[in-house]
Amino acid sequence: MKQEYTITVYTENQIGLINKLAIIFTRRKINIESLNTSPSEVEGIHRFTIVINETEDVVRKLSRQIEKLLDVLKVDYNTDDEIIWQEMALYKVSAEVITEKVKVERLLREQGARAVVIRKDYIIFECTGQREEINNLIKILEPYGLLEFVRSARIAIIKKSDGFHNKVKEFEYKVPSETLVENEFLDQNESVFSM
Amino acid sequence: MTANPSQNINANVNITKQATGSQALLDGLIHEGVKTIFGYPGGAIMPVYDALYDYGDQLEHILVRHEQGAIHAAQGFARVSGKTGVVFATSGPGATNLVTGLADAMIDSTPVVCITGQVFAHLLGTDAFQETDVINITTPVTKWSYQVTNAEEIPHVLAKAFHIANTGRPGPVVIDITKNAQLQLFDYEGYHKCFHIRSYKPKPDVRTSYIAEAVAIINEAKRPFVIFGQGVILGNAEQEFRAFIEKGNFPAAWTILGMGAIPTDHPLSVGMLGMHGNYGPNLLTNECDVLIAVGMRFDDRVTGRLDKYAKQAKIIHLDIDPAEIDKNVKTTVAVWGDCKETLPLLTQLVQKNENQDWLQKFNECTIKETEKVIFPEQNPDSEILTMAEVLRCINEITQGEAIIVSDVGQHQMVACRYAKLNQTRSNVTSGGLGTMGFALPAAIGAKYGAPDRQVIAIIGDGGFQMTLQELGTIMQANVNVKIIILNNQFLGMVRQWQELFHHNRYSFVNITSPDYVKLASAYRIDAKKVEQRAELKSTLEEILAHDNPFLLEVMVGKENNVFPMVPQGRGVSEIILSKEEL
Ligand SMILES: Cc1ncc(C[n+]2csc(CCOP(=O)(O)OP(=O)(O)O)c2C)c(N)n1
Ligand SMILES: [Mg+2]
Repeated sequence: MKQEYTITVYTENQIGLINKLAIIFTRRKINIESLNTSPSEVEGIHRFTIVINETEDVVRKLSRQIEKLLDVLKVDYNTDDEIIWQEMALYKVSAEVITEKVKVERLLREQGARAVVIRKDYIIFECTGQREEINNLIKILEPYGLLEFVRSARIAIIKKSDGFHNKVKEFEYKVPSETLVENEFLDQNESVFSM
Repeated sequence: MTANPSQNINANVNITKQATGSQALLDGLIHEGVKTIFGYPGGAIMPVYDALYDYGDQLEHILVRHEQGAIHAAQGFARVSGKTGVVFATSGPGATNLVTGLADAMIDSTPVVCITGQVFAHLLGTDAFQETDVINITTPVTKWSYQVTNAEEIPHVLAKAFHIANTGRPGPVVIDITKNAQLQLFDYEGYHKCFHIRSYKPKPDVRTSYIAEAVAIINEAKRPFVIFGQGVILGNAEQEFRAFIEKGNFPAAWTILGMGAIPTDHPLSVGMLGMHGNYGPNLLTNECDVLIAVGMRFDDRVTGRLDKYAKQAKIIHLDIDPAEIDKNVKTTVAVWGDCKETLPLLTQLVQKNENQDWLQKFNECTIKETEKVIFPEQNPDSEILTMAEVLRCINEITQGEAIIVSDVGQHQMVACRYAKLNQTRSNVTSGGLGTMGFALPAAIGAKYGAPDRQVIAIIGDGGFQMTLQELGTIMQANVNVKIIILNNQFLGMVRQWQELFHHNRYSFVNITSPDYVKLASAYRIDAKKVEQRAELKSTLEEILAHDNPFLLEVMVGKENNVFPMVPQGRGVSEIILSKEEL
């Protein structure tokens, strides 16, 4: 049965790794629903959070292929009930409408949204939550003139208590990752003879 | 005399010396034990070639005629020697010409390190002359790839490349080095081999639990059947494998790349698996009760239709690559690990066995196949020569001691069905990718990898014309390979499919050939053409005894088919012995 799986990948911070990861999915014509990449708590180690809709068999095979990539330290996959996950969204709404209709203000508060920018012409609200909550707010705001909307990728933490922190720390103890050598030539723009 | 103080200081602390990136690269190759490089120069790799000029006594460079030839040669070298093949190519077209070989090496797990030149770092992304995005082009077909833009990275990136290419499940690596890094002077602290990368686990730890589970199943088996692939060879586990099958008296069949891991005439060797493999191994895959797969990956050419594959059997899969477990065929017990370690653990615990009745079944199949296919193919009634009789003659002369390099097509299937091989690492062919044009350059590399052995390349008239420019390499370096073109005047394998599955509609499979004898002589390579049975064996004897490279063209039947065959979309036990059974 197909369902949503969140794949968590710890990697070295290497240029090109995102492509190496992405082609594992594209080669098999699998759509990535959401992809987040950011530095982990340990220097030099990155964490990818990838959401796809697939059967467990496919997800297991994909995870093994990912783990096979050089520069990938660890891969895990989970169903939605094994994780706590959140997305963040920003909503830009015309200020006029909002100030006129106090009701909207209350609705937003009920949804846990907060204003992050208030200007004469528009207000930007932020909401953090799960897919449905964020979608819900779109529905609420649409009649009042939603000007722009953007949603972040999913980030997720695995429920089981041991977590990843110690595991990732362990990697730090095993030979530190080779930091990329700074390269002055990349920024150098003078002409060099080349054949 | 007073001692020179500065000299003393040098002797104590200073092992660092200034070197260019190119010098560090070549020094690193020497430290990795590299002696032979296959390559082709060009603008973006000129500093490396300039440095190579001074290393002539330590590094031999073979100038090929096309970069595809360089990488296939490196593959041939690696396959027969177990060492990592090394390739140099320039940026842009030089690098893109490697792609077929990289894909071939990737799917056939061949250790190769390719060094490609790249434009100056500051020109990256500017569409500079001969700039291509080599890393992104090669990523899907390499085990690892890395772009170096600073010379200081060269020693450790090279060390990493060699470690990755030839440990665990081997594969190709590309290092793309920008020209500035090749030229750059830096403080070179010497070369240190790499033995550990924290994000890379070459082989899984062996767990005794699955050894015990596997043994329990094997010891219960009434009709155990072992199928083995190149993993046995890549793991240098030929002895361990032999001990295992001999203890349990298990019949064992090879995949095309596993061929030769045990001598082809070993009493327990029951033949080749797959679409054009032998009758018994295919048929009885669906009768065994325990299928023990060692270092093979259940390719679709081996399994036929998956839902009709060994459904009755418990499956034990030994593999070093966790991604192979359950990929195509669901296993009962997965024995993860290096088979050099796992096989002895199994051997220790499996019971001695006779399996007489079961082995007899394989025997009966062999008798049937011999009567219907093997004997008539090898000893044809008609005047027209067959590919199989050429192989019979070769076997009679070499007695199984030669390295057989084959190209892709009918002649490849015939070569792998009939060649007798006594030693491991003697079968060089493009298995997973099926790359026509592989054999001629691969044979060149094989000769460098095993200079004391006879290397025979068996090539079709189609495939030969894909990389025949490597005759130039053979001429220039006087590479003593024997080239046998089996000329059926067709792209035979495709023609066979058109005959069997497309109602004889021969669509663009009719291929004409140049005069190969003249062609060879233009390259100053001795050559002959044989059309008569009477001349075949004596000519083969002559060329195999010849001290120099030799090309022999043999005219064979135009429309002969390779049988047995598991037609595509059918199960392995639906194997047919002739067209009539289709
Ligand atoms: C590069 C490449 N192109 C196309 C094919 C498809 N193909 C497989 S076998 C074959 C025919 C080979 O003809 P030939 O070399 O004469 O060998 P034969 O089958 O006649 O022995 C072709 C075209 C291939 N395997 N590789
Ligand atoms: Mg042909």
